[in-house]
Parts: sequence; structure tokens; C-alpha cells
Amino acid sequence: MSKGLRHVVVVGAGPAGLAAARAAAEAGARVTLLDAADGLGGQYWRHLPAARPAGREHVLHHRWSTFGELSGALRANPAVTVVESAQVWSLERPDGGIRLNVLVGEPDAVGRAVLVLEPDALVLATGAHDRTLPFPGWQLPGVYSAGAAQALAKGERVAVGRRVVVAGAGPFLLPVASALLWTGATVVGVHEAAGPGALARGWLSRPWELAGAAGKAGELAGYVGELARHRVPWRPGEAVVAAHGDGQVEAVTIARLDERWAPVAGTERQVEADAVCVSHGFTPRLELAVAAGCALSPSRFVVVDDAQATSVPGVWAAGEITGIGGADAALAEGAVAGTAAAGGDLGVVRVAVRARARARGFAARIEAAHGVRGGWVRWLRDDTVVCRCEETTYGRVREVVELTGSHETRSVKLTSRAGLGPCQARMCGRTLQELLGDAPGGDSDAGGTAPGVDRRPLVVPVRLGDLASLPSTSASTSP
Amino acid sequence: MTSQRIAVERDPVEPGPDRPLTIWVDGEPVTGTAGQTIAGVLLGAGRRQWRTTREGGAPRGVFCGIGVCFDCLVEVNGLPDVRACLRRAQDGDVVADQGAPPSGGSLPEVTS
Amino acid sequence: MIERVDVAADVVIVGAGIVGAACARALARAGARVTVLDRVAAASATSAHGEGNLLVSDKGPGPELELAKVSLRRWAHLADELADELGPLFPSIEHEAKGGLVVVTSADGLDGLRGFAEAQRAAGVEAVEVTAEQARELEPDLAPGVVGAVYYPQDAQVQPVAAAEALLASARRAGAVVRTEVEVTGPLLGDGGRLTGVATTRGEVSAGAVVVAAGPWSAEVAERLGARIAVRPRRGMVLVTTPMRQRVRHKVYDGDYFAATQSAGAELQTSAVIESTRGGTVLIGSSREQVGFDDRLSTQVLAQLARRAVAVFPFLARTNVMRSYLGFRPYMPDHLPVIGPDPALPGLWFATGHEGAGVGLAPATGDLLAAGMLGLAAAVDPRPYAVDRPTLRPRVAHGEALA
Ligand SMILES: Cc1cc2nc3c(=O)[nH]c(=O)nc-3n(C[C@H](O)[C@H](O)[C@H](O)COP(=O)(O)OP(=O)(O)OC[C@H]3O[C@@H](n4cnc5c(N)ncnc54)[C@H](O)[C@@H]3O)c2cc1C
Ligand SMILES: Cc1cc2nc3c(=O)[nH]c(=O)nc-3n(C[C@H](O)[C@H](O)[C@H](O)COP(=O)(O)OP(=O)(O)OC[C@H]3O[C@@H](n4cnc5c(N)ncnc54)[C@H](O)[C@@H]3O)c2cc1C
Ligand code: FES
Repeated sequence: MSKGLRHVVVVGAGPAGLAAARAAAEAGARVTLLDAADGLGGQYWRHLPAARPAGREHVLHHRWSTFGELSGALRANPAVTVVESAQVWSLERPDGGIRLNVLVGEPDAVGRAVLVLEPDALVLATGAHDRTLPFPGWQLPGVYSAGAAQALAKGERVAVGRRVVVAGAGPFLLPVASALLWTGATVVGVHEAAGPGALARGWLSRPWELAGAAGKAGELAGYVGELARHRVPWRPGEAVVAAHGDGQVEAVTIARLDERWAPVAGTERQVEADAVCVSHGFTPRLELAVAAGCALSPSRFVVVDDAQATSVPGVWAAGEITGIGGADAALAEGAVAGTAAAGGDLGVVRVAVRARARARGFAARIEAAHGVRGGWVRWLRDDTVVCRCEETTYGRVREVVELTGSHETRSVKLTSRAGLGPCQARMCGRTLQELLGDAPGGDSDAGGTAPGVDRRPLVVPVRLGDLASLPSTSASTSP
Repeated sequence: MTSQRIAVERDPVEPGPDRPLTIWVDGEPVTGTAGQTIAGVLLGAGRRQWRTTREGGAPRGVFCGIGVCFDCLVEVNGLPDVRACLRRAQDGDVVADQGAPPSGGSLPEVTS
Repeated sequence: MIERVDVAADVVIVGAGIVGAACARALARAGARVTVLDRVAAASATSAHGEGNLLVSDKGPGPELELAKVSLRRWAHLADELADELGPLFPSIEHEAKGGLVVVTSADGLDGLRGFAEAQRAAGVEAVEVTAEQARELEPDLAPGVVGAVYYPQDAQVQPVAAAEALLASARRAGAVVRTEVEVTGPLLGDGGRLTGVATTRGEVSAGAVVVAAGPWSAEVAERLGARIAVRPRRGMVLVTTPMRQRVRHKVYDGDYFAATQSAGAELQTSAVIESTRGGTVLIGSSREQVGFDDRLSTQVLAQLARRAVAVFPFLARTNVMRSYLGFRPYMPDHLPVIGPDPALPGLWFATGHEGAGVGLAPATGDLLAAGMLGLAAAVDPRPYAVDRPTLRPRVAHGEALA
């Protein structure tokens, strides 16, 4: 590998990371692309693994050919090293630099290979996971995040159920419903929490009739047509407010919501279903950005400038960790970030810069129309599980707050146990903060002003034996 | 069967032919095909729960499907805390419910 | 519009950590009108970033041990008192008198440990020497290399955040007022330069006396009030495993633990303290480094902790670590807390500098402070903890002995 070239490390091989890696290589850098998954593509281009190559993968994807071009270009470029199954588990800031600690091997295995990288420039493209607000019964088997249904349909060709209800908020529900139809499931309905009023404000009229974000509009319009062909009702201003069943989901309660997302009394109806897929938006995967010290916006995304540079010198960010704008935005931001990280000329990616501007408009519309409204708390009951790991209920959280008088997330976590389990509050952290009315930056760390529940120095669990066998000096910087 | 894998011959995506494998789940054989995750094999065979929670004894399986919720944790070949939705199944894998109450011979829980 | 806090109190306590909470409870129950101020939230700083070991095992004969012996007895009673007072729904402080086991892996280590235990026994500590076989009966999963151990039945643990919240709740019931997100910025001075309260970001609080219980930030708070104290931060990192079926029954330490606590070196020191919690996790603590308030992660430190833990319990190598966190112990150069008045600034009191033992020492600290302030009888001699004790006096001239 050529020495002396600027070494750009890209974390995440979704649309943003793939575009960043290619742009950085084209701008003349030596590039290492890391992803924890054992294949490229991220969430958007999740596909069957090499062990089960599909003849017609493209029917499930938009811009499948773009994925082929990007991954092909990267694999063919000798200046690019792609490392799959590469979990970045922590990021350190030795004086004047960045160090990435990586374990390469099967997920959660003992004895994975150690890789330590100290790049000249870092592009974070770690994406997001979907956020599901709790509701009574959401812990029953058969309730999935919408992303899970999508991932299982695309990556496993598994249908999560036969009669499936899709609910939550945002345009993402449409591709989820589509993917479910492609598994042969009956989609009973798609229930969008945002009411017609909010949708009109965010989208002018209807989600798929967008001005500006042409690509995304076309994609969404395609999904809408598909739902119509399958006679799947799309119902704004509604939510799944409870799931029922003995040991697994057998039915759900659907209710109309008011503008604030509070259920309207008397509108509840039960619908039989054997699976429910629910997602109310996305939570960016901020661990590495927080560890690097990147400034976050009040809405909890990584702050970037026009060149996708974060507040930390040497660190760029792209894709869903900078805002929820979909794959178009991710691709455009990735191209800009990769170019800038390599020290290239942004004039070369003018097209991407323009595409990004359009996509940002789209992201703002999503938030305006589908952003979580506080009334959802009204569908909770005292026995509703809030923290799935520790099984802490809403009633217990309220009780603890009342008894201790504390509204601070860290204290309430430690006294109610909510958020202390293996997922480390990835599922319930934001929910807890909203319930407590704690400022997003709460959960103060050592009394300082810290990024709250998004601070997780260990990005994923690591086997103690693997920690113990780390080399005692800062090690290899290859590849 | 609620969850299931789409039969190759009916799948519009036309996945490659099955290369069957068998994993052992709490002592029972479950078959899948090479390339599936452990969660994929289990869901594909109609099993949607494989963990019992520590506190409430409640059943759990996949929730997020992408490695962030840790609901799908299983013990694989004696190693606990493996995310079933991420780990590719290998023929002969022995999978166990890691949350199940301790069986005879193991140490008592620390109580008080 | 920010709500102001202007009030008058007998005592204002700066800091709502475990130490401030214990002081507030002791004073309020003795009849004082107490206001506790914290710039963040209660129980969210050092007291939420450490562990809850209540130890005699790591303390050699001397004033810290005397305070610890009293304090550990107090914790055992407090666990019941607080549960009775606050009711079954209040989060448990998780007091567990599970005992500690110090293990060593070399003959040299065993000699050192024996000598230490002998001296502790003379000072009234229960320190039972056990053979390697007996140690394995207590902890079946110990490493084969363990050659001997000392068992300390008095060692116990609490959950520090729940404990601090419980002490504060109890203090409130006795009339104390707790105000959070109020930062103390300066002094209110009266006749003759006496401290008569504090200025804060939300107004003024006048008081007969001010107690600085600001943990590792006590030096800064003291300075704002016009005083000095030599508290410095000493960083510690902790590893937390995922919940599991418990295989660690006591608190188990490798025999280096006391050596590290007695040292003042700034360089990194680790020695494993391994314990299980009621949540099913195993806590592995903790390192000691003097690096100021640097909160950057260091995998080298984590790796060292991991190595120590695996050396004691090999099975832990296969367990998952899901979290690490760090905190800053309020460290005094002579390893003793400061509890008592500041002769240089009338009206100012200290309850700080407990380093790695603030949770264990909190109840006795509160009692001692209240006794001093209200002129009551104290359970221990207060003089060793005075801020003007000889070991804290600056060495003004060459050759001046440290008493
Ligand atoms: C489950 C799921 C399914 C989705 N499906 C669709 C869809 O069908 N259509 C649609 O329009 N949008 C979908 N989305 C939204 C989607 O996130 C975006 O459209 C797009 O994928 C964002 O691209 P990205 O490059 O920012 O992030 P992602 O595509 O999320 O890529 C991030 C990558 O970073 C890797 N990564 C993260 N952290 C680390 C680490 N510490 N170490 C190593 N690697 C790491 C991840 O493995 C992942 O591959 C989905 C989202 C989710 C969560
Ligand atoms: C890793 C680690 C492990 C430990 N393990 C143990 C153990 O096992 N057993 C044990 O007994 N101890 C242990 N300790 C030590 C113990 O945590 C501390 O001694 C104890 O928490 C100190 O409590 P405190 O109330 O003095 O300080 P803190 O909890 O830090 O409280 C001080 C408070 O003062 C507030 N404050 C600061 N400045 C101002 C201002 N200007 N205005 C208003 N408020 C202000 C802060 O916000 C803070 O809330 C450990 C510590 C660490 C770091
Ligand atoms: S299903 Fe969420 S981690 Fe596997």
C-alpha cells in the first residue's frame, strides 16, 4: 500500500459511507472502509448474503445499479481496503489525533482479530436505527420495529407474519409495507400518526407529491401505487396504541390521534394480526461522533458545515447521523464528505452539493410532518414496559420520580434500572428523557456538560478476554 | 406458522438453491439454509421467541433486527450474549435460551 | 424567567452527592434548617460514577479505618431505617453485607497480605485468613493460581445513587430543602469577614454556616468562597458486564488493592475489585490516575482492568462488557477526608476529600459534621480530619517535619 498518501478511514458502508469512500479515493487518498456487517450496503441496500446470491435482487431495491457501481468501484480500486465484519468498538482521542479500535470477526465472538487505526481523516457514516415509542404489549413476540421487518424481508427473505399491521410515522413506513407485500404477507393497514394537518404543513398536500426532492418523490409514489394495487389502506392520524396476545401478538388496538398524537377516546378498534411493525422515526448512531467530541444539534444530530466537516478537526460526517434525509441525501453527503476528507476540490462534486441541498429540504419536511408529538404518552399505562431490557414499567418510572424528586436521567436510570440493560438505553433513552422532561443533554457525566444518553464509550459489548488481550502499546496501523 | 421463510421456488427475488443446515435449539433440530442468521433460521421455521427475560420470565425474540436492541440474545455453542439477528448460523450450532432459570447443578442465584 | 432561590437557612450545603446528602440528613434530623444546593442534579456527579463498596479491608490502622468502622455499622442500620421511613416503593439502597475476599497469587503477596491483616486485626477489623481451598469454597470460580486469601466479613456494598437519593429524601422529610441546577458562585460576607451565605446563579442564600461538600470540585468552590483546600481529582474507570447468572458471590479483590490506595503516585494504577450487583451485572473497578478532569476514554486502562479481573476469575474472559464509565475521586494528598470548620474563614465548613471511600464514609461524615456544628458528642475524635492538620500544612521551610 502506498505510503505518504492521506489515509482516510470511513466507518459505515451504507449509501453515505460507500459514496464517501469512493469520493475520497477519487480525490487521491488511501481509503479504509469499515463496516460491522459482513456485507456492504447498509440498511438501504440490505440484501441476501453471498451464500444465497439472488438472481433478481433488484426487484426489492431502488437504485440497485448505483450500489453495484459503488461497491464495484471500491473493490476494484487498489487504494481502497474494504474490511467487513469490522466492528469499531471504541474511539480514543490521544493528544492530537484519533484512534479507532476495531475487532474483526463474527459478531459477539470471543477472540476476534484486533485492528487499530490512526487515520489522517475520519468519515463517520454510521447511520441510524429506527425508533419505536413504547405502547402496551410492544414487548410481545410478533411486535417488530419496522426496520426489523424490512431487514428480515430483504436480508433473510423471511416474512414476519401473515396478517401484518404497519404503524408509526414517516415515509419509511411505505417501503416497509412494500417489502412485506414482497414476502407475500397481507398488510392489513398502514397507520400514520401524523394527521392530515401536519402532513399538509410538511408536504404541501400528500407525502408522495413532493416538490423538489424528485428522486425520493418518484420512489414514494411508486410505493403508493403498489399499496393501492394491493388495496392496503394508508390511514393518517392513527396509531397502534396496544398489542394483545397470550405469549405473542394476536391483535392490536388502533386509535385515531389528535394533533398532539393523543388517542381520541372512543375511536379504538381491535384488529386481528399476527405481526405488527412499528417505527416512529430514526435515532442516529452517535457513539463514535460523541466519543470524537463532535458537537450535536439540539435535535441530536451531528452538526456539519457545507463540506460535511464536524466541529472536530479531521472528522467528517455524512448520512443519517447528520439528519434523516433518506438514501439520496446520504449519497450526496457522502460524496462531499469523502472529497473534503481527502483534501479534494469540492467543485468536482458540485452535482452532489446541489443534490444535498434538495435532500435537506426533504429532511426538514419529514421532521415537520412526522416528528414525534408529546401526546403519545397518553397511550401508556402504568404497566407498560418502557425499558425492554430491564422490564421497567412506566408506572415504576413515575413512582421513582415522585419518590426521589429527581428528573435527571442518570439518577432515574440508576434508581429505576430503566436503560441499564444490554442495549444501553438505545431503545428507551430518548423516551426516558421525554418522559422525564430532562434536557436532551441531561444525564450529566461527571458533572460536566455531556451528550447525555448518547454517550457510550463502548460502542458495542466486548468480551472481557478480548479487552484483556489488547496489545499494551498502540498497535498496528494497517491496513 | 406465523413467521416463515419464503420458499425459494415462490420467491420473486430468486435466491440461490437451498443449502440446508441444522441447528439445535434447546435440544431440538431446526433446519435452515446457509447464509441465514440464527434469527433468520428460527423465524424462518416459525419460531419467534427464544429468550426468557430475567425478571419477568417473558418470552422474547427479534425486535430491531439489526443488532441494537439486544432482545434476541442467545447462547451459541456455550457462549452467551450472542445477537441472533447478526450471527450467521453454522451447521450444528447449539443454541440455548440464556435467560432460562438455572438448571440443576448450576450455582444458586445471589439473592437478598 | 428563572426561579430565584433567595432563602435563609441555618446551614447551606454545597453539593448534593452522597456526602452532602449524608450531612443534610444528619443536620436536618438534629433540628437545623438545611438548604442543599447543586449545580447539576442530585446524586449525578462522582457519586453516580463510582462503585458502592463499603470497605474495611482496604484500610490500614489509622483515622480512616476508625471512621470506616463506625460508618459501616451506621450503613447497616441506615438500610433498615431508610427502608422503614421511605417505604417499600422507594428504590432500595441495595445494602448487602456480603463480605470481601482479598486473594493473592504469589508467596510474597501472601506475606504482605498476612502482615496487613494482622495489623488490621489489632485495630479491631475482622480479618480471617483462609487457605486456597477455603477461598475456593467461598468463590468456586477463582483462578487456580490463587495461593491464599483473607476474608473480611464486615465488607458490604450499597447502590450509591439510590443511597444518596434515599438520604436526601429522608433529609427532606426532616425539613431540608434541596435545590438543583443552582451553582454557587461566591461568598456572602458579614461583619469581620465571616461567611454568611453564598451567592448563586439564582440568587443569594444566607446562612449561619456553609458546608463545602462538592467532591472533586471542592477546591474550586472553596476558592470561590475565599478559602483553600487541597482536593484534587483522581480518575477511576469501571467496567460493567452484561447481566448473567451470578458466579461472583462476595466482593473479591486482588491483593494489590491496598497497595494502590496507599500510594500517591500520579501514574496509572489498577487493581481489580470484582463484585456482582443485584441487577445481575458484574462490576470491575477501578483504576487510579491523576490526570486532572480529563474524561477521555483510555482503552489501555480498560485493558489493564480486564487483565486483572481475568487473572482472578478466568471465566470472566468470555463475558461481555457492555459499559464503561469514569469518575473523579476527590483526592487529598494525605488520603484522609476533611471534616470540620475552616479556622481561616469563620462560617465555612468542609465535608470532602474522601477519595475512593466517600460512599462508605458518608454516614459517619454526616454525624461528625453535625456533632461539630451543633456541639454534640461525636463517635470519633474529630481532630485527625481537621483542615489544619499537620499533614496538610504547606512545607514552608526546608527540613520542617511532617508530623
Ligand atoms: C433497518 C432499517 C431499514 C431501512 N430500510 C430502508 C429502506 O428500505 N428504504 C429507505 O429509503 N430507507 C431505509 N432505511 C433508512 C436508511 O437508514 C437510510 O435511507 C440510509 O440507509 C441511510 O444511509 P447511511 O449510509 O447514513 O446509513 P446506513 O445505511 O444505516 O449505514 C450505516 C452503516 O454503518 C455501519 N456501522 C455503524 N456503526 C458502526 C461501527 N461502530 N463499526 C462498524 N460499522 C458500523 C452499519 O453496520 C451500517 O452498515 C432503513 C433504516 C433502517 C434502520
Ligand atoms: C471509579 C470510582 C470508584 C469508586 N468506588 C468507590 C467505592 O467502591 N466505595 C466508596 O465508598 N467510594 C468509592 N468511590 C468514591 C466515591 O464515589 C466518592 O468519594 C464520593 O462519591 C464523593 O461524594 P461527594 O458527595 O463528595 O462528591 P460528588 O458526588 O461529586 O458530589 C459533589 C457535588 O457538588 C456539586 N458541585 C460542584 N461544584 C458546585 C458549585 N459550584 N455549586 C453547586 N454545586 C456544586 C457537584 O455537581 C456534585 O453533585 C469511587 C469513585 C470513583 C471515581
Ligand atoms: S433483534 Fe435487536 S439486537 Fe437482534
